[in-house]
Amino acid sequence: MERDQQLEAMRRMLRIRRFEEAAMDMVRKGTGIAGAVHICVGQEATIVGACLALRPDDYMVGYHRSHGHPIAKGAELAPLMAELMGRKTGVCRGKGGSMHLADFRIGSLGETAIIGSGIPQAAGAAYSARLRGTDQVALSFFGDGAANIGSFHEGLNLASVWGLGVVFVCENNLYAMSTPLAETMAADSIASRAAAYRMPGLSVDGQDVVEVFEAVKDAVVRARAGQGPTLIEARTYRYRDHAEYGNLKLSHRAEEELEQWRTRDPIDLLAARMSREWGLSDEELAQLQDQVAEQVAEAVRFAKDSPVPGPEELFEDLWATPLENVR
Amino acid sequence: MRTLSYREALREAMLEEMRRDPNVVVFCEDARFWTMPTVGFVDEFGPDRVPIMPISEEAFTGAAIGAAMTGLRPIVDYTIANLMYVAWDQIVNHAAKNRYLFGGQASVPVVFRAAMKYANATAAQHSDRPYPQLMNVPGLKIVVPTTPADALGLLKSSIRDDDPVVFFEPLMLWGNKGDVPDGDYLVPLGKAALRREGADVTVVAVADAVPAALRAATGLAEEGVEVEVIDPRTLVPLDKSAILESVAKTGRLVIADPAHKTCGAAAEIAAIVAEEGFASLRAPIRRVVAPDVHPPFSPALEALMYPTADRIASAVKALAEGAPPAKELTASGH
Repeated sequence: MERDQQLEAMRRMLRIRRFEEAAMDMVRKGTGIAGAVHICVGQEATIVGACLALRPDDYMVGYHRSHGHPIAKGAELAPLMAELMGRKTGVCRGKGGSMHLADFRIGSLGETAIIGSGIPQAAGAAYSARLRGTDQVALSFFGDGAANIGSFHEGLNLASVWGLGVVFVCENNLYAMSTPLAETMAADSIASRAAAYRMPGLSVDGQDVVEVFEAVKDAVVRARAGQGPTLIEARTYRYRDHAEYGNLKLSHRAEEELEQWRTRDPIDLLAARMSREWGLSDEELAQLQDQVAEQVAEAVRFAKDSPVPGPEELFEDLWATPLENVR
Repeated sequence: MRTLSYREALREAMLEEMRRDPNVVVFCEDARFWTMPTVGFVDEFGPDRVPIMPISEEAFTGAAIGAAMTGLRPIVDYTIANLMYVAWDQIVNHAAKNRYLFGGQASVPVVFRAAMKYANATAAQHSDRPYPQLMNVPGLKIVVPTTPADALGLLKSSIRDDDPVVFFEPLMLWGNKGDVPDGDYLVPLGKAALRREGADVTVVAVADAVPAALRAATGLAEEGVEVEVIDPRTLVPLDKSAILESVAKTGRLVIADPAHKTCGAAAEIAAIVAEEGFASLRAPIRRVVAPDVHPPFSPALEALMYPTADRIASAVKALAEGAPPAKELTASGH
């Protein structure tokens, strides 16, 4: 990764971190976000490293913990924040909310609240790209819990036998909601499952954005060259509970474990690397942080100033071809 | 005009649309097998457009959705309607909802084909008529053709439709032959077919209850009862006007449907007529439907399940004569 790429990675990781903090703040204070939000703070290096290895026209499919993924893919912040707040100006016009952010303009094909269900859809997008004669690649994000569901196994098998250009990126944050992975998975690692589907499987340090980027970049090269899919397991950690529950504290993990992971915070690691490799100064970093903070504040202002959808919008977007004289 | 079987019409519809539009693809297990309407497709279109399919309903349904959101028009053939249940999450949570969830950013133009193998001694896991379950899911169009011409024209329209369409084929009708118009023949979704005109009783019939209702009508005409038979052809969108206009004329309604009684297509049609056509009714609405029990294996028992010409005729006669409702088969019996 060159200096500019690392700087862009830093910018996007900071955008995710500040965006998530703003969302948490609103949930905690009850000032504008309804329903559940699943925060990806702690996992930014995996999300950004993987997305930066893609072209803008490549496809990406997220999952329920995916506020950060469209941000990493290059989406504007304001329509995402407006979506979390259920506003008319939301990226999904207030129909999807936190678990279904989609921004087709930047190749974000949406997110799903059903574990693992995006995996075959990403495979289908890669199939579509091949049939239409483009060399677009599809990247499927999912968590460790998804590695135990049928659509993971069926989806990896299908992608492999069809030789599709998909990169499967598992964000292994060690817990499926509150259940430790070690208690539910009959395998030494998620990456090892790739062998069962005749594809490369590798396990990387998900806190190191450079390591993730390099691994996904190689997988993207293979995918684009028609050499089939790759499974990448990124070992990472979520700092927050499964979801934000207002002011409730429901943590199922030891504080020491969280503190241990915080010593390898992805943003701190990249800052140290950039200081070491490129001489990034504290002033430059502070300036970047100020810029990002202002962008997120502007997104929140935009969302709060936006109207909610009117009743006439309830039925909009259901049908592509409207039904006439019928129900 | 040409004569095609229902099965040949399905094949013809897919062939015509695949030749017309390179984005139409077919996902079907055993597409090369001699019984399938897709036999020969791999040779003509290649394994890219007719990929060899593992038994992975969830995965290939999800792949069809991902492909549809990015520019293709997949036809997914489950071969037996019950096998759709394996992919229920992808159909109900994704195909039906993605357009809405994403604020209209993407459509999901997939046709899900499902042959219904009931009345064929295949027991409860191969004999379902699941369309009422999916009528309960906004975002899915539901088509149940009953003639070769409709199989052709409705399948071609479904493939061109930008919304997900679930296409239910009563398998016992696959061998039926009928006249099919020449040329690029399209039947619009949402238009019922008036199969027979009559002034006394309206029969709205679904799936193989349509030919059964027509046989019943022929017999009843000899007894002086004139039956009007309406085939909705598509349950979503449902041509309410055609049904309400017919009931306005006859004042009497029988609904014949091989799906289960509770929350079925017949229940929905009855509710619509009760709400919007009550003033026209001169007698209570009658349903001739499958009882709320699983299709049993034994042909002796399965014969009790579905609307037949005799059962439809009895219901029509009872209505025309003002008789009380006939005893139904129920769990408690009598």
